[in-house]
Amino acid sequence: MKVKCPECGGDVPIPDDVVIGEIVSCPDCGQEYEVYELSSEGPRIKPAEVAAEDWGE
Amino acid sequence: MFYDRLRWEEKELMKAAEKEGFKLKVADTKSLHLNPSQRLNEEFGSLALQRCISHYRGLYLSALLETAGLRVINSFKTTHICGDKLLTSLTLFKAGLPIPRFAVAFTSEAAIKAIEKLGLPVVFKPVVGSHGRFVSMVNDMSLARSLLEHIEALGNGLHRVHYIQEYIDKPSRDIRVVVVGGEVVASIYRYAPDGEWRTNVAVGGRAEPCKLPPEVEELALRAAEAVGGEVVGVDLMESKEEVLVNEVNPTVEFKGASLSTGIDVALKVIKYVKEVAKK
Repeated sequence: MKVKCPECGGDVPIPDDVVIGEIVSCPDCGQEYEVYELSSEGPRIKPAEVAAEDWGE
Repeated sequence: MFYDRLRWEEKELMKAAEKEGFKLKVADTKSLHLNPSQRLNEEFGSLALQRCISHYRGLYLSALLETAGLRVINSFKTTHICGDKLLTSLTLFKAGLPIPRFAVAFTSEAAIKAIEKLGLPVVFKPVVGSHGRFVSMVNDMSLARSLLEHIEALGNGLHRVHYIQEYIDKPSRDIRVVVVGGEVVASIYRYAPDGEWRTNVAVGGRAEPCKLPPEVEELALRAAEAVGGEVVGVDLMESKEEVLVNEVNPTVEFKGASLSTGIDVALKVIKYVKEVAKK
């Protein structure tokens, strides 16, 4: 499965076992997206959050 | 399970829950708006596994969930202590565990005095932060002064709490021990990548399985216990004389530990959560 990258128009591959919340990235421009909905027309993506200073484990 | 970014770990936890036939409801913390009088246990159950990548998001979520009567793994208190390097060191110190020498100073002038007393080289660490970000090794005083000027310019008050640790002359590796419910489930060496002294997997560190002697496992368990950690990653350093506890991570990333040892850490976590849920 693939969706169009809103940033560069590249093909963003989506794994078959995708789950909501999964992070995918565009192989062309590197932008990261979060899958937020799995609709009948396919997965919907939005830009993923950018790493913040308090990110970690 | 509350998450904000579905990492490899969270996906594995979901798979493990399915394998175990354990009902794990997954909630995106970014989309929630909560208040403590909501019947959160009806919506989310009585037990929460807090897995946010953002420390503050996870911390305040835990406070709210606990106020609403949920049991949170790890607890607010554990996340509060472990999310802060100074509070962690103080807690480990109080528990009598071996830790690197450190000092705290609240101004640049006092920080310079602290470095002089500890002796070069030293390591500067932000009290909150992870993945090795902004952790700096300082081996001369002029570098220390310019680093302090940069830190002062950051503007965030938290950065003016200077946490200064002695530099431990150790092999180019440290030890990561994953502790779940008072048991060591996996341990690895993390090797620093070429041209880097930090060993964090996030900066490209390499993981290799390691077999720990019982006394080192015991040390990791005591560190987890000291902070009240149920599912944590304990970081140990090998100094020339002894093994020291460096940090305890409250939302432990275990991809490196799982893949290099072949141990299904996620399954161990889910089994533990299942046990706690039964009680």
